[in-house]
Amino acid sequence: MTSPVSKSTLEKWEMVVGLEVHVQLKTRTKLFCACSAEFGAQPNANTCPVCLALPGALPVVNKAAVGLATRASLALNCEVQPVSIFARKNYFYPDLPKGYQISQYDKPLALDGWVEIGARADGSPIRIGVTRVHMEDDAGKSIHDRFPGVTAVDLNRSGVPLIEIVSEPDIRSAEQAGAYLRVLKQILEYVDVSDLNMEEGSLRVDANVSARRRGESKFGTKTEVKNMNSFSGVERALEVEFARHVSVLEAGGVIEQQTMLWDGSTVRPARSKEGSHDYRYFPDPDLPPLILDLQWIEKARHDLPELPAARRARFASEYRLGDYDVEVLTASPRLADYYESVARAHGEPKAAANWVMGEVMATLKTSGEDISRFRVRPADLAALLGLVRDGVVSHTAAKQIFAHMVATGDQPAQIAEREGLVKVDDDAQLSAWLDEVIAENPNEAERFRNGEKRLQGVLVGAVMKKSKGRADPRKLNQLLTTRLTS
Amino acid sequence: MAVTIDDVRHIATLARLGLSDERAAAIVGELNTILGHMDELAKVDTAGVEEAIGVGAEGLPVREDKGPPFPLARSLDAFAPSVRDGFLLVPRLSTHESPEEA
Amino acid sequence: MTARSCAAVRADTAAGHVKAADTLTAAIDRAREVGAGREGLNIFAWRDDDDARRQAATIGDRLADTTPGALLGVPVAVKDNIATLTMPTTCGSRILEGYVSPYEATVVKRLREAGGIVFGKTNMDEFAMGSSTENSAYGPTKNPIAPDRVPGGSSGGSAAAVAAGIVSIALGSETGGSVRQPAAFCGIVGVKPTYGRVSRFGLVAFASSLDQVGVFGHTVDDAARGLGAIAGHDAMDSTSADIAVPDYTAGANADVKGLVVGLPKEYFPASLDPAIRAKCDAAIEHLRALGATVKEVSLPHTDLAIPVYYIIAPAEASSNLARFDGVRYGLRLSGDGLRGMYEATRSGGFGPEVTRRILLGTYVLSAGYYDAYYRKAQQVRTLIANDFRRVFDSGVHVLFTPTAPSTAFPIGAISDPYEMYLSDIFTATANLAGVPAMSIPIGRIGGLPVGGQFLASHFDEARMFNAAYALERALGAEAHA
Repeated sequence: MTSPVSKSTLEKWEMVVGLEVHVQLKTRTKLFCACSAEFGAQPNANTCPVCLALPGALPVVNKAAVGLATRASLALNCEVQPVSIFARKNYFYPDLPKGYQISQYDKPLALDGWVEIGARADGSPIRIGVTRVHMEDDAGKSIHDRFPGVTAVDLNRSGVPLIEIVSEPDIRSAEQAGAYLRVLKQILEYVDVSDLNMEEGSLRVDANVSARRRGESKFGTKTEVKNMNSFSGVERALEVEFARHVSVLEAGGVIEQQTMLWDGSTVRPARSKEGSHDYRYFPDPDLPPLILDLQWIEKARHDLPELPAARRARFASEYRLGDYDVEVLTASPRLADYYESVARAHGEPKAAANWVMGEVMATLKTSGEDISRFRVRPADLAALLGLVRDGVVSHTAAKQIFAHMVATGDQPAQIAEREGLVKVDDDAQLSAWLDEVIAENPNEAERFRNGEKRLQGVLVGAVMKKSKGRADPRKLNQLLTTRLTS
Repeated sequence: MAVTIDDVRHIATLARLGLSDERAAAIVGELNTILGHMDELAKVDTAGVEEAIGVGAEGLPVREDKGPPFPLARSLDAFAPSVRDGFLLVPRLSTHESPEEA
Repeated sequence: MTARSCAAVRADTAAGHVKAADTLTAAIDRAREVGAGREGLNIFAWRDDDDARRQAATIGDRLADTTPGALLGVPVAVKDNIATLTMPTTCGSRILEGYVSPYEATVVKRLREAGGIVFGKTNMDEFAMGSSTENSAYGPTKNPIAPDRVPGGSSGGSAAAVAAGIVSIALGSETGGSVRQPAAFCGIVGVKPTYGRVSRFGLVAFASSLDQVGVFGHTVDDAARGLGAIAGHDAMDSTSADIAVPDYTAGANADVKGLVVGLPKEYFPASLDPAIRAKCDAAIEHLRALGATVKEVSLPHTDLAIPVYYIIAPAEASSNLARFDGVRYGLRLSGDGLRGMYEATRSGGFGPEVTRRILLGTYVLSAGYYDAYYRKAQQVRTLIANDFRRVFDSGVHVLFTPTAPSTAFPIGAISDPYEMYLSDIFTATANLAGVPAMSIPIGRIGGLPVGGQFLASHFDEARMFNAAYALERALGAEAHA
């Protein structure tokens, strides 16, 4: 799809973008009540006086949610505030039972973080600032097309804990926006705070976009873009909205500050009523300030798992892997864990890398399952690699053994025995096969004997086939050379 | 800072209170009178004074991430105005897109 | 005529001398006798005598308990903004007409655990906004002492239930004086605990940083027992204090020699009704005679309490009442689409005072006004709280003041909202500072009760009760003369 933004436009105009990402925290219960936060229950099954906002109900905060929010904030290099305050954001909507959302306003949980999304041509890192991370409770779901003429409301999601991650307006292109989102998602995956599933709604993105002439330091008027359902959707929506800003401004017009909705190919204004955005934030009187012990914060920082950047650096140095291998193997933390277990057990990181990036990932791609559910245990894969290294099975046989391991979960040595895939390097047996092949391929044998060395591969291949991959190629090659040069 | 009829209409909309023109006009006067009494506060020197927020120096108590939830003695059907298949029903929003439009 | 005291009922019920059913029957009979229903004093918004009888029947099973429940066999009236499983919880409003709560307030649960019997939901100013119980959608309540006059508000029904001799204990709620002022108008005892002393879970919120469940008693002892039964930490309320509850009856016979009683001069302005001043002076004399040290003190920011209160309370209320939208419970009226439903429901369901306060609250929180009004009010509130801290830190144990600037006024006499707000002039400071306070009867003027108020420092209810017990004993019959 061609970009709506032309090169000449980009020479004159600069896109300025800030992203607001909402992430659902994977707690068992909701943020302010003990209802289950699980996805998929019967409508309104997971409700209680608190999340139904019955008269007289009161919120009590979920400790684990605070822990996950803190972990996420630290992973984004934020300063976690020892004192933060929950505030009410007041507005009316049928899936917002209290008539307000409990969020954080003046004093959020964390401030002043950053994320590195790549490097410039000169090697300097591109950093996108994270202005703040704050906690808030989610609204329920309003479904407009289930019954005619009415909106159906399900409050199961009402009260589920969210963090909102607000970036500085440091993003300068759709590409950078995509990179930011991918880096952010990977970091959050590494610290295991959320399912991060855009389809299920556990990850949502809103954007603030403006345009300004290159060289200009002041920001232009921004518009908000909502309803983007994928990272690529975000990238496209940004370009479309930026292009719209530019065309308005070039025509001498003025950008109206409003909310735009993405519908997959265009943006259109949300019909918001004048003045409807006055949320009248004030500190929630039902919730005293959240006070976090400095030692507790430090311990949380200390307990952070290895983050993607650090893991990549370590894989490069410890396992001497090249950039491409590192990228692939650290894409997801579970895959990286798997790889490391194999590499450490086997002792040869490069071989382990080849197998994980090759056979393992190909298998996962076909089956569609997740590495965390993969039947082949790292220790067993390492054992298989050991068999190859020790010459017990050939590389070709190993692939067959691997397929059996995927199917049955059995041990490689066991499978090798059972399927007769153990490598044969017995001279007598090899000679017997070689004789058969020579007899079956007299022409090629003769031509090889007469100097066409390239036919070696064909003859060896034929023996490998006859032996069902068990023949030891090295020994075989030696034998062949001996037999057909005399 | 006098309250005008436009202010009253605006806040009535924010608060989703349908006010008749008559009532809105009366409220302008009432609010101005009441707010007039509040002007004394502007004269008080509050430089450096903290806002009265929060109970107790220990801060926010937390609870463990587990159930069971606080039980409801009666289900939603018993007290909700309109329920179908477990869903709460409300009139369909005219543009049904976003909170800004409700 | 009064209901039997809580202590007497408990002792007799525990000993098997009296059946809970009989105490209940006495309450039902008395209610009929005084005309507690809609056409009469209009004390109760809801009654379910069969349910009360069922509760009474279970008391028999409790007699084997080693320690008798603190309120064993005692019928207790409950203000209609406190959630109960039986009988509606309507907060004096049309918008909750017919709403029966599917869960119960912690205080009601504790009341039942103590052996108390929930006897009726009492009438109140709508959503606790008012000082006369004239703002109820279910009609005004009449003062049993003088039925052409108000019982005070917003907990007028609960105060009347005790004053009429139907029950010895009733639960009310306080935000700016809604228990103490009706107690003063009805000639009974009314207690507002320290903010956080009693759970708010199940108390329909008006102004969350000010609200507390309060207790009415015919005597100080009734109120002390009532408070003791419901006070204490609740994990369901993040603002509830995790502090042990002492036995508030322990000081029933303690003397007050050496008790330092402060008289804040701002509560005895030149404009104070001389007859009320005279009653206060007489009470103060009694305290002196008992050996208390009485001294004048100052709470200089007292005059700012009403403006501060009438910014903070409506602001919080405007947010707390947003949940009444016709979606999940209560009244639903239709209009044009969803917005129409919201507006029709809320304009049809809320009365004029509630509407006024929601608008005021929305205004002071709105963009451009937050700093000048809400933030400013919260800062001045700190100054008000600091006044109390300074005085209590200086060695003063309790403060004594008049409870209200007038006696019960006639129904319909005050129509100006701001004039009505001034009824809270001596009571709102305690809510703003969070300190405990209670009113006890100290006399009558033209047959109308006058209340005297004690205030103490945070969580020092025990000392406050000591002083109240002593003064009550010293006054004797004078308290109702």
